[in-house]
Amino acid sequence: MPLAHVYGHNIDTDRIIPGKYTKTLDLTSLAAHVMEDLDPGFHQKFKVGDIIVAGDNFGCGSSREQAPIALKTAGVAVVIAHYFARIFFRNAINIGLPVLEIPNHTIQNGDQLHIDLSNGIVTNITQNISYNATKLPKVMLDIMEEGGLVNYLKKHKDYILA
Amino acid sequence: MAQTIAEKILSKHSGKNLYAGDLCIVPVDGCMATDTTAPLAIKSFKEMGGITVHDKNKFHLIIDHAAPAPNERIANLHNLMREFAAEQDSALYDIGSGICHQVMVDHQKVKPGDIFMGADSHTPTYGALNAFACGVGSTDLAAVMLTGKIWLKVPQSIKVILHGKKLQPGVSAKDLVLEVVKQLTISGATYQSVEYHGEAVAALSLSQRMVLCNMVAEMGAKTGIVSPEGLELPYEFTPTYADADAVYSRVIEIDAAAILPKIAIPNSPDNVHEVRAWVGTKISYAFIGTCTNGRLDDLQAAAAILKGKQIAKGVRMIIAPASKQVLIEGLKDGTIQTLIEAGATIINSGCGPCVGSHEGVPGDGESVISAANRNFKGRMGNPNAKIYLASPATVAISALMGEITEPITQ
Ligand code: SF4
Repeated sequence: MPLAHVYGHNIDTDRIIPGKYTKTLDLTSLAAHVMEDLDPGFHQKFKVGDIIVAGDNFGCGSSREQAPIALKTAGVAVVIAHYFARIFFRNAINIGLPVLEIPNHTIQNGDQLHIDLSNGIVTNITQNISYNATKLPKVMLDIMEEGGLVNYLKKHKDYILA
Repeated sequence: MAQTIAEKILSKHSGKNLYAGDLCIVPVDGCMATDTTAPLAIKSFKEMGGITVHDKNKFHLIIDHAAPAPNERIANLHNLMREFAAEQDSALYDIGSGICHQVMVDHQKVKPGDIFMGADSHTPTYGALNAFACGVGSTDLAAVMLTGKIWLKVPQSIKVILHGKKLQPGVSAKDLVLEVVKQLTISGATYQSVEYHGEAVAALSLSQRMVLCNMVAEMGAKTGIVSPEGLELPYEFTPTYADADAVYSRVIEIDAAAILPKIAIPNSPDNVHEVRAWVGTKISYAFIGTCTNGRLDDLQAAAAILKGKQIAKGVRMIIAPASKQVLIEGLKDGTIQTLIEAGATIINSGCGPCVGSHEGVPGDGESVISAANRNFKGRMGNPNAKIYLASPATVAISALMGEITEPITQ
């Protein structure tokens, strides 16, 4: 069962992946530095498939798509936050990293979570409660369903609203 | 129904009346990416099946974040950009051209009423031109390159009114925007447009308006737009005004004439205080540059303070002019010489130490006073350094004294 690794409010992209590592196309190399300045012990406790949980405004700061990519390549299954910084939120969905906005979650470090992505429902096994994620606009859901914007546009060639 | 500036610009582009909360797909008038974001955007563009960009005249690549290349990995990414631009026969602004945002404005690649998407978070800077500009990630940019369009949710707007005609001595737009960041906080404008109005704003130059819009990124905003009153440009343009009864999520009124010099202390741009509360804090590194405060008037403000003087012993001062044009103008009018004579080191026009890639990473335990926009932990490449953000005038006088000092004793 995936575990929650809980961080605070306003976790900026410099702390998710420092700018000095971002200039690369070797995207797997990003994973080694994820959360480095925020939580030097991250790699010891994190297991592939675990979940990052945060408070307000996760991913604020730069537009670097390397931030969600670093989390994805490190094996983060989903990021849950009260709400996300807008560029990070778009980027995450565009690159196929699931993100859920849950304004009222009470998730604690080490809680066991069960995630139902398609319905946006998170069950906190440890605390025996569940939360509903904020609904996404249809265009975002469609992009998420295709696994990201690259696949979406490969298939549709253009945006489809409706 | 009455509209905000953001609603008007988006409506005009989509051909129907849009209001906050509506979703739209709009044509984009220009887009750009830098050496941090372009390589990934090009990769995504190709993976999407892209062969030629939708409109090569609206597509710009800038090598500014780590320029000239500090290592072979980045050198290869720069070459990838050069090759792609050659292949597309599109614009490439190579090393020395300047910071992406300044380059786009210098070269008039963005104009009033435009929708512009930049793969850099400080793209809202162009709102100074009464345009709608957003920062996006690489894959969103790749989609703009492919389709010429973007999907957007029409943002709610926050109206910021800066009253007062005359600013206090030593006060510039940076001090005003730091006050706005303080009031709105680092997340206070998330998903929203920050719309600037008021007498104090109408009196500002384009360069100073750019400071106001630049730091909406530090409020989490989608965009920032300045109302066009008083905007002077070297070409004809159609201004977009907000309707008097447009709907705002929030209205903030500030007496700009009463604002004193401000400083953001580590480690967040919204941790804003008056400079006078931090006077005496030792600094060993002063930096002027960036898309926030690396323009000619910023360099001139520093030169006015440093003319004929020497920066304090034990302090190093690095200056990165925001663009080639700024550098040339600063050379012509003697500003650059004044700064060098005072002990400053001039580096290449580009992002320089702002993002910690090269050219001036601080050492452990050092305190930096910087004219940039972010002071997150590790921002300049070393998590063990402290970064204080202030106006160019405050940075210059602090370099002179070796400690944080108020810039009113010019
Ligand atoms: S100067 Fe700094 S904030 Fe501006 S674009 Fe460059 S790295 Fe970003």
